[in-house]
Amino acid sequence: MGNVVIDVMLKPEILDPQGQAVNGALPRLGFDQFTDVRQGKRFVLTVDGEVTDEVLEAARKAAETLLSNPVIEDVVSVRAAQDEKDPGR
Amino acid sequence: MKVGVVTFPGSLDDRDAARAVRAVGGEPVSLWHGDADLRGVDAVILPGGFSYGDYLRCGAIARFAPVMDQLVPAARGGLPVLGICNGFQVLTESHLLPGALIRNDHRKFNCVDTRLRVENAQTAWTSDFEQGQEITVVLKNGEGGFVADERTLDELEGEGRVVFRYVVPEGGRNPNGSYRDIAGITNERGNVVGLMPHPEHCVETGYGPSLDGLPFFTSILKQVVSA
Repeated sequence: MGNVVIDVMLKPEILDPQGQAVNGALPRLGFDQFTDVRQGKRFVLTVDGEVTDEVLEAARKAAETLLSNPVIEDVVSVRAAQDEKDPGR
Repeated sequence: MKVGVVTFPGSLDDRDAARAVRAVGGEPVSLWHGDADLRGVDAVILPGGFSYGDYLRCGAIARFAPVMDQLVPAARGGLPVLGICNGFQVLTESHLLPGALIRNDHRKFNCVDTRLRVENAQTAWTSDFEQGQEITVVLKNGEGGFVADERTLDELEGEGRVVFRYVVPEGGRNPNGSYRDIAGITNERGNVVGLMPHPEHCVETGYGPSLDGLPFFTSILKQVVSA
């Protein structure tokens, strides 16, 4: 069993209200050294067997068509995580 | 004159949209997300709601429903399509309209009567308005902030494709952080229109703040009859 890990972030110029909400809560817990928070998404796609080049290519296509919206988001990484037990957790 | 109204899992305002079509003498036709069939309709409404629970991104999963496989090419071919709220989000995710809708900048769900200015009274869905007319329509959304890059925004404005703008009082702000106060836009051809506010809730006396939603539906009736 192999995994592909895909990370998606909002483009830098797009407002991130969720990140702002988190940023507003941090100082209340005493974390006052952080000046900004941007929140992204991680997808872990699992396949039977190995993560081959074809699997990675299909994952890249899925990332560009469904998992992200290129108008507001960037796919920042698509990587194989063959040996990691729990890449998403 | 048949106007299809698509129901996705999680659509809320499909019945109201159908009712609005009936109110102006049209024949609403229910379209099911899982059927790749437009049932011979003359126009289509993508209604408000929370298709697929707004999972992933609003409208992102609805875009790949079987009915959309038929609708996207038909819309590109000139079929009139109106996307209201979640329907607008589906249209941007389908790339039938540019830009995207993101969470309101103030992070609260909004449910208000909102004042809009009609910026383009020449689309398939707005021809019964006067250019520059101001209307009052219900707005209810959590993710209604219209965003796009500067080039796209300039293009939309330059080509007269901003159809509705929020009327913002001096020193005030629009209800969801939409760039350039944009509430609704159209494609190049003017057959596909998307907006966040809900005209289908403003077609009957005693319900909603006005009857300002009616011209959307009378416009499309005339458009289809004359086509």
